[in-house]
Amino acid sequence: MSAIPHGWAVVIGLETHTQLFTASKIFSGSSTQFGAAPNTQANAVDLALPGTLPVLNKAAVECAIKFGLAVNAKIAPRSIFARKNYFYPDLPKGYQISQYELPVVVGGEVKFTVNDVEKTVQLTRAHLEEDAGKSLHEGLETSGVSGIDLNRAGTPLLEIVTEPCMHSAEEAVAYAKALHGIVTWIGICDGNMQEGSFRCDANVSVRRTGEKKLGTRAEIKNVNSFRFLERAIQFEIRRQIELLEDGGKVVQETRLYDSDRDETRSMRSKEDAMDYRYFPDPDLLPLEISAEWINEIRGEMLIDSDDPASLDVPERMASWLQSAYGVSVVEARALTTDHTICGYFREAVLNGPQTLLGDARTNPAYIKLCANFVISEVNKKRNESNEPSWKHWVSRATAGQLIARVFDGTISLNIAKQIFSEFWDEDKVRAGMRGPSNVDAIIEARGLKQVSDAGAIEKLVDDVIAANQKSVEEYKAGKEKALNALFGQVMKASNKTANPAQVTEILKRKLSS
Amino acid sequence: MSFAHASLTALRTALDTKQVSAVELAEFFLARAERALAINAFLHIDRGLTLQQARAADLRIARFDAGPLTGIPVAHKDIFVTIDWRSTAGSRMLAGYVSPFDAAVVEKLGIGTGAGMVCLGKLNCDEFAMGSSNENSAFGTVKNPWNLAKIPGGSSGGSAAAIAAGLTPAATGTDTGGSLRQPAAMCGITAIKPTYGRVSRYGMIAFASSLDQGGPMARSAEDCALLLDAMAGFDERDSTSLNTPQAQTPILATFSEAFASGDSANAGVPLKGVRIGVPKEFFGAGLAADVANAVDAALAEFEKLGATRVEISLPRTRLAIPAYYVIAPAEASSNLSRFDGVRYGHRAKKYHDLAGMIANSRAEGFGAEVKRRIFTGAYVLSHGYYDAYYLQAQRVRRLIGLDFQDAFKSCDFIMGPVAPTTAWDIGAKKNNPVAMYLEDIYTLGVSLAGLPGMSVPCGFGDSKMPIGLQIIGNYFDEGRMLKAAHQYQQVTDWHKQSPAAFA
Repeated sequence: MSAIPHGWAVVIGLETHTQLFTASKIFSGSSTQFGAAPNTQANAVDLALPGTLPVLNKAAVECAIKFGLAVNAKIAPRSIFARKNYFYPDLPKGYQISQYELPVVVGGEVKFTVNDVEKTVQLTRAHLEEDAGKSLHEGLETSGVSGIDLNRAGTPLLEIVTEPCMHSAEEAVAYAKALHGIVTWIGICDGNMQEGSFRCDANVSVRRTGEKKLGTRAEIKNVNSFRFLERAIQFEIRRQIELLEDGGKVVQETRLYDSDRDETRSMRSKEDAMDYRYFPDPDLLPLEISAEWINEIRGEMLIDSDDPASLDVPERMASWLQSAYGVSVVEARALTTDHTICGYFREAVLNGPQTLLGDARTNPAYIKLCANFVISEVNKKRNESNEPSWKHWVSRATAGQLIARVFDGTISLNIAKQIFSEFWDEDKVRAGMRGPSNVDAIIEARGLKQVSDAGAIEKLVDDVIAANQKSVEEYKAGKEKALNALFGQVMKASNKTANPAQVTEILKRKLSS
Repeated sequence: MSFAHASLTALRTALDTKQVSAVELAEFFLARAERALAINAFLHIDRGLTLQQARAADLRIARFDAGPLTGIPVAHKDIFVTIDWRSTAGSRMLAGYVSPFDAAVVEKLGIGTGAGMVCLGKLNCDEFAMGSSNENSAFGTVKNPWNLAKIPGGSSGGSAAAIAAGLTPAATGTDTGGSLRQPAAMCGITAIKPTYGRVSRYGMIAFASSLDQGGPMARSAEDCALLLDAMAGFDERDSTSLNTPQAQTPILATFSEAFASGDSANAGVPLKGVRIGVPKEFFGAGLAADVANAVDAALAEFEKLGATRVEISLPRTRLAIPAYYVIAPAEASSNLSRFDGVRYGHRAKKYHDLAGMIANSRAEGFGAEVKRRIFTGAYVLSHGYYDAYYLQAQRVRRLIGLDFQDAFKSCDFIMGPVAPTTAWDIGAKKNNPVAMYLEDIYTLGVSLAGLPGMSVPCGFGDSKMPIGLQIIGNYFDEGRMLKAAHQYQQVTDWHKQSPAAFA
């Protein structure tokens, strides 16, 4: 993080294009699946053949309503689709259908923390629009032609616009991550940034501290990773400050971030800015959203169907987890970074076993175990995939069964983690998930049952002490680390099935005697 | 019997009684079209395809599976896209274009899943339906069968001329500012522009989306009722197609029941109690005397049928012209943006870069009037002019709609001329677009309000050219309008006249 030079203040606003997770396009019945052969997912409407007309996909509107509810915005009872006119070969109609004066979502806010400081970003609006196609130049240079792929043309987008209210690249990225969390959490966007499902434009301006008037802004277009967003904004802040300190002027323009050279470059200035000649699209009626429709969707978004205030958004889920399960603030935050992670936790708790100690579901130790296991193990796998959108490969029930077997003492936590990782990696390759009964089967087959028999463990410890006199002496000489080596030997000798707490206790006892 | 100028009901009887087969009827009209090439009404004819459809219609008739229109020929304005015939919209831009789907109207009237009509081909029109004289077709002007030196009106000029010359008993047309009604008046045939939203626009090459409406053209109101009944109906592919109960008001059923003369109390006066609003603004300066006289005589005829005349006012009649010529070009400038030479249509042979390819293709593909409207439209939507032009025109449009609703408080129908003059000489106004625009003064308001309007033959002018009476109804009142016109046609024979050269 590069600090903002003294005497300067930065103002940032973000516009984010989130591709909505609908089966078909916003104004046609074509599929929105990514990665098909060029132009195989473009029908007569997408190609803008003469005589075709757009018909609004209700599912896209539902996504907008969900988003509006999630960020506590006003959902407009009546909004208007407008035409944004410009010529480009990958824009088949010669205009993009978007929303201009009356968007579907007005206002709203996104809360998040930066370095443990709570922040709130005010949203200006969110509006529905269609994506354009793609122009393809790569591999065609020598043939003197360009290709056009219209598979993406007509894909539904929700463009989410913030107020110019952020003041550092770090804050902007934290907002973008929180927004990404929300749209994937409520299931309206797959969040895949590499495939362009979540793209950010950043409006950046600087001014001298104390200056009231906003500086001239530059807009950085289409940044498709959080890391690039942070670097692009940092570069832009530096560029503008240096320019102003050298007595220059910032011009209002659109810039592109070049990740290879880590710089932004001018794309077009305001003088070349196009006049889009917006006007209401006469092919589409005003979009009317009734209170009943909103309530219906709200009903489907509740954590607790009896509590109309329990809207399932990360922030509210976090406080709900705290009050319902008594998890800590930190745990609750970790469990709500992702809907999948939260799902693992909730299902593991709900399926907690009946043990001699009573109902695990209400046992704080069991809940703690569930939280820790999910936070560490599922997160580990998520981070390995290194993508904002990922798929899980161990079923929630199977994970729950593993945790239950740890809790009832059948296996050690380490064994559970090992099985979880193994299942995940293998099933990812097979592309099919195993059921919970496989947990007991593998414990049985490999003899992974935890040994808690004190006599058996004592024998193992004796053997290890006898065979590792050097470590024993080191330990006795005050080298605490030597204990770890001995502990590892015992665990290894037991095929990792020895109860680790008991091993530590017995080792210490024997060494101090 | 002579089929050339026969009514659809007469053709139905002839088909059902085996006086003629659908194949023979199709051959008869195709042969007439071939002999009348001088009119330039047809753009695309494919004898083989037509006869194939006719044979399918004959099969349906033989299986007693025929509806009222099965086996009767129809021809489509080349604004409706078709799989089997080329679809050009009268433009060089789309010369040779073939659509992968049929327009909703073509489907509904057609042999496949529709009413079973046999398509004779596609009819000439002003380029992208922009024009009042048919001189804007890239494929040559259509000539008026009543006098080949005169224009047939536009933009559905090919449709109107084909019916007047007996080249087809029925045709489709489209109306954005009068394009069904004005050529019908100038060629002495009957046509109706339905309420906006009554007929699906799917597959109609768009000119101005908020105004475009397809409708039938034929010899009589009764024929139009049969055709409109088959064309109309909700279509989920067109978001502006109406699905309200009011929009489902049946056309044919209303047509049969309304103003029935069977009631003995109304013997001879079927329109008793009907109030006809006559807007004084439709009879001011600019209206030719011969047209005024013929319209006045028609109104007197309606009075004889029991109707009463009520003077009304449509105070913003004159404002319809500027409002229309802002809104329609604005929408057109955007609708025609898709013709960029990238995916289909004309592409320039010479260009240096992408922008040049698009610019050259459009410069070569579009005619002068289309370009004029694209420029106008782009201008009125531009930053800084939008409020003064486009928004202001929309306000005027709303007020014009209110004027009509005020008028309908005191009358059932509004009647007046369709156009200020009869058909003029080809070339007379070609270089004076504003003079041409002024010809639309009586039809534009109806289009802006989205109301149904029809043209009914009501006489001939000084130059022996036909004159049309305009009948304007309230929303979804097409059934009653057509019936009132039908009652008029029961006591007059203007609609039965045909040009001597095409008897």
